Amino acid sequence: MSENTYSAMRQSIIDGAPEAAADLAQAALAQGVPPLDAINNGYVPGMHDVGEQFALGQMFLPDMMASAEAMRTAMAVLEPELTRLGTERPMAGIVVLGTTKGDIHEIGKILVGTLLTANGFRVHDLGVDVPGEKFAAKAKEVGADIVGVSALLTTTMRNQRGVIESLEKAGLRSQVKVMVGGAPVTRAWAQEIGADGYAKDAMSAVGLARELMQQKAQGAAQEPA
Amino acid sequence: MRPRFQLLDKSLIERIVGEAFQLIQNPGVRVAPYVVELLRAAGIRVENEVAHILEAIARKALESAPRGFSLYDRAGKPVVRYEGDNVHFDPGSSCLNILDPKTQQARPAQASDLARLVQVAEMLPQFSAQSTAMVCNDVPPEIGDWYRLLVVLWYSQKPVVTGAFSASSLHTLLELLAIESGGADNLRQRPRAVFDVCPSPPLNWSEFASQNMVDLARAGVPAEIVSMPLAGATAPVTLAGSVVQHAAECISGITIHQLAKPGAPIVWGGAPAIFDMRTGKTPMGAIETAMLDVACAEVGKYFGLPTHSYMVAGDGRRIDAQTEMESGMSAELGALAGINMISGAGMLDFLACHSIEKLVIDAEAIASAQRLIEGIEPRGESLAVDMFAQTGLSGDFLKLKETRALFRKEQHFPSAVVDRGLATMDETYPDVVTRAAQRVEELLSSCRRPDLATEREKEMLAFARREGRKAGLTGLPGISVPE
Repeated sequence: MSENTYSAMRQSIIDGAPEAAADLAQAALAQGVPPLDAINNGYVPGMHDVGEQFALGQMFLPDMMASAEAMRTAMAVLEPELTRLGTERPMAGIVVLGTTKGDIHEIGKILVGTLLTANGFRVHDLGVDVPGEKFAAKAKEVGADIVGVSALLTTTMRNQRGVIESLEKAGLRSQVKVMVGGAPVTRAWAQEIGADGYAKDAMSAVGLARELMQQKAQGAAQEPA
Repeated sequence: MRPRFQLLDKSLIERIVGEAFQLIQNPGVRVAPYVVELLRAAGIRVENEVAHILEAIARKALESAPRGFSLYDRAGKPVVRYEGDNVHFDPGSSCLNILDPKTQQARPAQASDLARLVQVAEMLPQFSAQSTAMVCNDVPPEIGDWYRLLVVLWYSQKPVVTGAFSASSLHTLLELLAIESGGADNLRQRPRAVFDVCPSPPLNWSEFASQNMVDLARAGVPAEIVSMPLAGATAPVTLAGSVVQHAAECISGITIHQLAKPGAPIVWGGAPAIFDMRTGKTPMGAIETAMLDVACAEVGKYFGLPTHSYMVAGDGRRIDAQTEMESGMSAELGALAGINMISGAGMLDFLACHSIEKLVIDAEAIASAQRLIEGIEPRGESLAVDMFAQTGLSGDFLKLKETRALFRKEQHFPSAVVDRGLATMDETYPDVVTRAAQRVEELLSSCRRPDLATEREKEMLAFARREGRKAGLTGLPGISVPE
């Protein structure tokens, strides 16, 4: 596959153009391009660019949403082929994401989910208004490494604590790292409720998730056999 | 002439209202099962918990809503009038954190912090009402709503802007208010409090909000709609589009409320904001947020209804130039817009934090705003000629009897929080936060808890202990019980 096509894929993500992203994915499959190459050389670099430009204040949330949608449509074309070929992407970790109970806002969470997916995490998005028990049940079901809890309102932010309590009740807390985010959330709040990490935006959530995976690996290595 | 600030002309207001009526019919408004039968009985089609409200029915509700009502102080005196262009201010509500007075760092608020804030607001004439300003983190969350109200009622005789945290706890708050007012009838006749009720954007009257609206209407206690479109996130990105959504949420809320009890007091209010496209934050100090506040209130005034908005809050994380620039600017605009109740003073950091020091600084901005809307008055038969007849060209106006008679009417004198040159400019010169902290201490030291009939006081304490025990609360944090 030519560099031009990879660069067009990358550009389709930067432009937030879902139709172009899907068309390029279809065309690549028709030409026999391995789907993993299209993802790694075309679409993921596009998402990286978007994340970097967002962090620099050169792209804005509506741009990110459009890029996330473009990424989603491209992946929807490529994933069935990945499965058919049995060529799983190397998996960075399993993440359960959701917006806390009482809160119906999910823009931030969708962005985090998209960027995590783009960076090789397997993301299970529980949606909005999710009670703590549901986070715990899903984490158990999928063997989550990380649970990410979002909240947009100061009132619902308090329910992030409940998610941690539910994980404790379910006996999962030692196996699962918890990261929290959302407009009113601060590092101090994350510490107060006993979360393992806080990220101020979607791009830093990816770095945090990688760091938490490392901590988890180190923790496991230190455990007595 | 009363100075005014307006953003919308009549034709734009009519377009806004026209589209709001369209929205409440289609796509309609999500409502809770609690109100479905009430709406259906009025001829409103409700399918899958979405009400499709016809304009004619909504207009009838808007007509039955009262044009004005009063809130009363503990002595039964009407001190807040929601009507026309009256302007009142109260501190912001339900904050989780406070800037610690010693460290100026944010920390979770305690009942004793709320007690301090209430006493300071009690002493400041700029605030005609109190608010249940903070969530007390030292009491169990499930009793957080009525406990805040207890602290306010304990230390204040001013009216209160409050709200319940759930559908069922509203009745506990009403019970507490009824004890303080000497019975539910007294409370209805001379309401001490108004209850904020928030629809969820867009166009959703949740179980909690629907039930609060109906129950408040039936209890005859005023409700204040706090509609919160976030322009670009949970509402259209255009300011005009968000004003339409705000109007649709208010109109649908008023319809539910008035169907429950026609003529029950209700406020067209809100806390709209823009959604920052870089951070996802909702800046309360942004000029566009203030523009939304003013425009939403203008639509309420078009219907002749009492109005409310959320202003005088800044977004800096500390008391600094940004925070106070934003707070001062929105105080002036809110006053010029003639909004009946302007909530938000004292708050910073996107409403995440309260500060008592900021509250006293904001009080100075509010005093300026109050002076501003008094406008420029001609006093005496001539404006200047008679005074010049006495002084000639000597410029000696300080000696004139008119100067002495009128300077207090013409000039507002701020407290020492505002540097007008009284402090010595040397190494001891206090910065504004230090001046504010000194003012807080002065106000607290001269504050006396208002008297309450012993029987009612006993009943309130018994109520608080009984309800507190149910949630495992021991003692009454923040409440100083007389010997």
